[in-house]
Amino acid sequence: MTAPAEQTTDGAQAPVSAPSIDPAATHLVAELKHTSPLVSCRCDPTGTFVFAGAQDNTVRRWRFADGEQTALAGHNSWVRGLALHPAGQTLFTGGYDGRVIWWEAAAESPVPVRVIEAHAGWVRGIAVSPDGQTLATGGNDHRVRLWSATDGAPLSEFSGHASHVYAVAFHPTGAHLVSVDLKGVVKHWDLSTGAEARQLDASVLYKYDEGFRADIGGAESIAFSPDGGWLACGGTTNVTNAFAGVGNPVVALFDWQTGERRQVHGAKEAYNGVVRGLVFHAQGFLIGASGGGAGGYLLFWKPEEPTEFFQLKLANTARDVDLHPDGVRLAVPQFDGVLRVYSMTPV
Amino acid sequence: MKCTYACGSREHLLARRTFLGHVAAGMGAAAGFGSFARRAVAAQLQQAQKRIIVIYLAGGVSQLESWDPKPGTDTGGPFRAIPTSVPGVNISELLPHTAGQMHRLALVRGINTNENDHGKGSYIMHTGRREDPAITYPHLGSLAAKYLAPEDGALPGYIHITPGGSGLGQQDAAFLGPKYGSVVLGNGQPPQNSVRPEQLSDTDDKLRNELRRRLNDRFVRRRRTAETEAYSYSYEQAAQLMQRRDVFDVTKEPPAELERYGAHDFGRHCLLARRLLEQGVTFVKVSHSNYDTHNENFNFHLEQLGEFDRTFATLIDDLHQRGMLDSTLVVVMSEFGRTPQINHLYGRDHWGTAWSVAMAGCGLHVGSVVGKTNDNGTAVVDREVNGGHLFHTYLRALGLDPAMELSVGGRPIPMADPEAAAIEELLA
Repeated sequence: MTAPAEQTTDGAQAPVSAPSIDPAATHLVAELKHTSPLVSCRCDPTGTFVFAGAQDNTVRRWRFADGEQTALAGHNSWVRGLALHPAGQTLFTGGYDGRVIWWEAAAESPVPVRVIEAHAGWVRGIAVSPDGQTLATGGNDHRVRLWSATDGAPLSEFSGHASHVYAVAFHPTGAHLVSVDLKGVVKHWDLSTGAEARQLDASVLYKYDEGFRADIGGAESIAFSPDGGWLACGGTTNVTNAFAGVGNPVVALFDWQTGERRQVHGAKEAYNGVVRGLVFHAQGFLIGASGGGAGGYLLFWKPEEPTEFFQLKLANTARDVDLHPDGVRLAVPQFDGVLRVYSMTPV
Repeated sequence: MKCTYACGSREHLLARRTFLGHVAAGMGAAAGFGSFARRAVAAQLQQAQKRIIVIYLAGGVSQLESWDPKPGTDTGGPFRAIPTSVPGVNISELLPHTAGQMHRLALVRGINTNENDHGKGSYIMHTGRREDPAITYPHLGSLAAKYLAPEDGALPGYIHITPGGSGLGQQDAAFLGPKYGSVVLGNGQPPQNSVRPEQLSDTDDKLRNELRRRLNDRFVRRRRTAETEAYSYSYEQAAQLMQRRDVFDVTKEPPAELERYGAHDFGRHCLLARRLLEQGVTFVKVSHSNYDTHNENFNFHLEQLGEFDRTFATLIDDLHQRGMLDSTLVVVMSEFGRTPQINHLYGRDHWGTAWSVAMAGCGLHVGSVVGKTNDNGTAVVDREVNGGHLFHTYLRALGLDPAMELSVGGRPIPMADPEAAAIEELLA
């Protein structure tokens, strides 16, 4: 496989050279270490930095070139939501403190540029529109909100979810937004009308555990394919013991055009875990990072096949994944506080 | 433990207020107890109207997500602490309504039961003692049913409202005898089979009960055991229950009350508990499931404590508004807390080393916090207590003497573990 121009999860086009891509050759190339477990990550569209949220309430920034680490302090809770402006100059962070913070991504010592109280309760999902004008957030208050990415002004609010909103994503055309909640309800919002256009069913990601009397699931990860043809929502399924984490990693894959669920991706060998990060590669395959009782894995799926064509066992439990704009490297934040960088090229 | 009355003890004859009354009157009725009963004092008679409600957060609620938050530390997790109605006392942001009732609560933050097993931890918290292969101790509810509930009460002295499953929890009573066990209301439903079959007339029902009593009396004259007594008692109580079945029907409460308590099982169960306490039930335990969050501790505490918070705050406020809090002991407990360390599943595991309990009512020194854990909650650093201390405190708050001796096969057994003592700072 070769890598043409890549589109990052933030929608930016990044020209890349054409190294040979071979997912089956994926191997560790760098370890960027912190002292607290990591929970999220995103690469900046210029390919200079990777950002990761940590359980010590900071966001860590590492420079790929030399591993220099910088702390971004501003939240009073964990940061699970990270998004970068397509041009790379601004980092947006959404925290479990309900805040969204703007940062100058490349500043020597970034400080909060703007802080908004975005949601009552956790901000779980955050995304920037492909044109960089709009920021979308979803939170535990069951709301989806749009903000001006430029000045933080509130633009609109979408209500209708009946449970925590776990993830939001812009369609690559920028005309649509999707939000997914705890119960796997996917709402498609038409941004030209501001109305709910349709609802997709990702309830495979959800279960009410009668034994423990609790809800388990939600879209822990979300990704559109670069061409906008596919929408993938990741999480856990087949839960038999919610409180022990007994459930299998899963991705619900939708045909965006028809709204049909075309695939339920799982692992060939069903192990316990949750797909906590998802990213489409421009070559058409999907990469999921799972963490759970079985440890951490990277799983590589083709849309037409239910199980992975390759899996890589990781050193530790994975909490997210992002694709470097070079289309070759994968950044995976892990429970042991290490952000591991893997290359999909032959050694 | 089988409780046979062939042992010579007359304890079975002297239950509840009868027991207390005979002791206080010094009429010799307690002769079979010898020294066991002498510690009971007349003042205990005055405590007979005391009530208890235990909210049992099954599985082990996290102290860090409830009563003893440690935000900003390596163990703190994602939730913040919020101020309460007691200046200087902060609790988790998951309990905003409860925070407004903190001036009516007391916290014990220095609990070290040193037990991480569900069953063993539960036993400690219900009996105030560690398991002992030689003897099984009665639960607090059974002691309350025996020593605080009215002898002639039409309703059970010990009711346990659970999310599911109904029946009798006779094992809770241990050597007190099965009649002091719990009546379990599965999902808050009235006791099973408490409606007389339509085809059975009132006259026929009375006749069959009369026949049962005659046969039972004849049998008891020859062979009396705790089980036969419980059998007979159960029939009598069932008859009374059938007369008062409406007490268990929480839908009799106005819709606005149901709304205040929350449109979920725990809300309905706590409203039912209030209803039962108002009707004179001595001990009600409400179990809320589940907090055994080895996986996704934070998501599950969001959900479970989201139910608990408003309901519990409403209950406390109601008990206060109705003038019941002075005579009702409220305890929020689990079998243990949860580990400060957050595992790779975003979970917390079992932790009996440094955790918390909340209490209210019965003249406790409310607004107080007893005990302290270190900065990240891994150890108790001040005023460490265990389940025995808590149990002594409950009994003292209820006006019972923890040293009162009970008879088990002629062997004197103090009501509470003599190795422990009450938390005096909590007792007014």
